[in-house]
Amino acid sequence: MVPTSYFLVLSAVLFGLGVIAFIFKRNILTIFMSIELMLNAVNLAFVSFSRSLGQLQGQVFVFFVIVVAAAEAAVGLAIIILIHRNRGTLNVEKVDTLKD
Amino acid sequence: MPVLTYLWIIPLLPLVGAALNGIFGGRWQKSVISAVALSSTTLAFLAALEAVREFLSLSPSQIPWIKNYFTWISAGGFQADFALQVDQLTVIMLLVVTGVGWLIHIYSTGYMHEDPGYRRFFSYLNLFMFFMLVLILAANYLLMFVGWEGVGLCSYLLIGFFFLKQSATNAGNKAFWVNRIGDFGFLLGLLLIFRTFGTLDFSVVLPRAAGMTADPAGQIGTLTTIALLLFVGAAGKSAQLPLYVWLPDAMEGPTPVSALIHAATMVTAGVYMVARSHAIFLNAPVAMQVVGVIGCATALFAATIGLVQTDIKKVLAYSTVSQLGYMFLACGVGAFGAGIFHLMTHAFFKGLLFLAAGSVIHAMGGEQDMRKMGGLRKKIPVTFWTMFMATLAIAGAPGFSGFFSKDEILNEAHRVSPVLWGLGVLTAGLTAFYMFRLLFLTFFGAERYDEHHVHVHESPKNMTIPLIVLAILSVCGGWMAAPQLMGGANHFQQFLAPVLGAAAEPAAASTGSQGGGEILQALLGAPVIAGLLGFFLAWWLYIKSPETPKKLAASLAAPYKLLSGKYFIDELYLAAIVRPLVWISDKVLWHGVDERAIDGTVNGVAFVSRESGDRLRRAATGNIRSYATWIVLGVLVFTSLLLWMVG
Repeated sequence: MVPTSYFLVLSAVLFGLGVIAFIFKRNILTIFMSIELMLNAVNLAFVSFSRSLGQLQGQVFVFFVIVVAAAEAAVGLAIIILIHRNRGTLNVEKVDTLKD
Repeated sequence: MPVLTYLWIIPLLPLVGAALNGIFGGRWQKSVISAVALSSTTLAFLAALEAVREFLSLSPSQIPWIKNYFTWISAGGFQADFALQVDQLTVIMLLVVTGVGWLIHIYSTGYMHEDPGYRRFFSYLNLFMFFMLVLILAANYLLMFVGWEGVGLCSYLLIGFFFLKQSATNAGNKAFWVNRIGDFGFLLGLLLIFRTFGTLDFSVVLPRAAGMTADPAGQIGTLTTIALLLFVGAAGKSAQLPLYVWLPDAMEGPTPVSALIHAATMVTAGVYMVARSHAIFLNAPVAMQVVGVIGCATALFAATIGLVQTDIKKVLAYSTVSQLGYMFLACGVGAFGAGIFHLMTHAFFKGLLFLAAGSVIHAMGGEQDMRKMGGLRKKIPVTFWTMFMATLAIAGAPGFSGFFSKDEILNEAHRVSPVLWGLGVLTAGLTAFYMFRLLFLTFFGAERYDEHHVHVHESPKNMTIPLIVLAILSVCGGWMAAPQLMGGANHFQQFLAPVLGAAAEPAAASTGSQGGGEILQALLGAPVIAGLLGFFLAWWLYIKSPETPKKLAASLAAPYKLLSGKYFIDELYLAAIVRPLVWISDKVLWHGVDERAIDGTVNGVAFVSRESGDRLRRAATGNIRSYATWIVLGVLVFTSLLLWMVG
């Protein structure tokens, strides 16, 4: 049986990749995908703890996260489409008019 | 008793006139405006006459006749009613104010005819009548104060009537400010009266004040403080030293206003108030001395300034200040009746002098400088003869009204202090001099105006008829007191005795005393002789040898400059009070307190929030990745903190 720590390390690595991608990527779609990556890394951590502790709450949380992620994907993609339609770009550095 | 029951109708009539003209007059013809203004004052005069007729049929137990219409203010232990009162003193004032006011309204329809502010003028003038009537009919000090402030307001509005002239607005402001000082004293006096007596009703305060023990001579007790504070108010309103400075400047107003407000009625309100409060003053010897001395000093002081003025209205203005001084002199020596008597005769002859001066100015096309007049006697005979009568009256020519009132005051003054009497006689001489100087410069001698430009013409009927009526009153107005000279009774004093009883007593005593008649005759002589000397001096200087005044002015340069500069009192006030006040207001209060402290706080708060917001704004770049970086860093910091604390 694979020890829990392996899963946790994998989860941390995936989450770290997600953070790095979120910070350094300029394309909104990529950023969006990195958010999904982070969410799923968290899901993985939830599930591993659930198994090692023998409790179900972790798996219930995962379902919640998946539902929220689906909703977020729907709203987020709609926003991204609108940004592209209005601005003609998906570069986040160009979408910074709020500060003015 | 229709009018006595509904006394409020008397002040209401002019108020209605003022309101109608003020609100609707803009669309009306001048004839309609004058009809409204005249009918309201005529009706007020008739109502006053009817009130007096009804009053005379009252039994003595019904006097003073007080009608309480409604409670005006009721707060805790304080109550002030809208209550009107008629007694003998009110009757005199009522007849003078409505009568002279009515005549001056008629005169104004002629004098102001060409003025674009016709409607405004009559609206203000009627409003003034309303407040003046409230002042004299009030049955308590608070309502009197309402009228007092109201006439002050109308005085301000009418002095600044020609508001496009800077000097006129300045004069209006000056009158307002100086009166504020007096009114402040009056108000403090009212507060002290309320604290002492618990009410402001004349019918309670005055009998109780009369019943109190008098403050010992030379000491300032409560009654003396009240009396002195009331006198501060009176000095402001009635232009006594040191608050007289506004009255000469008030001549910027139209001449009928000078006649009505600044000669006949409003400025005498102070005398009326002091006479009304005589019960307080009689128990305050120090205050009486102050009133007498200030009155006498003002009389002499203003008369000397009047000697050298060249503006016809300025001479009359200083003359008014001087004559008001006489009235206060009378009050100060306890002869309140004599003061009111002089108030009445003065209303006649000084009102007339101003109206006649207005007629002269009208004839000269606006010229007020007597040096540019002369020889007008034949051109405007009605004005000349009426003004001549008034001059004789004010100079105290035997038989004329001023003779009786002035001599009565001087007799009373002699009883108290020969010094006051002597100064009073000197003032009588000066009065005769400056009045005849005015008359000679204006109506006699060479014509010093440009005949091609000035078309001298007699004034229209609606101006000359009031002059004639007032001239008759100036001559006959004093005859009520005439029997006194023949050893009989002074009807005027007898009439006022129920109100000013204690005050009128000594007068009766001195007449009635054995052998007093001869002393009286001798005293009567002195003012008349002084008057004659004044007349001859004026005649010699301005008719006989018209070159002398200039030589005299040159040889006596220093005193002449002092007098023509009005003792430089205005300059003194300017340097000692006005300039420091303006400086403090400007540098400290405006630029310091207002701009730095108050504006600085408000603007400072705004500045700090704006600046800090501007700095903080830079953190919000709108760049999502930088936000994310901060979040990650934050999470890392907090997680490590958490681990460190737990571990």
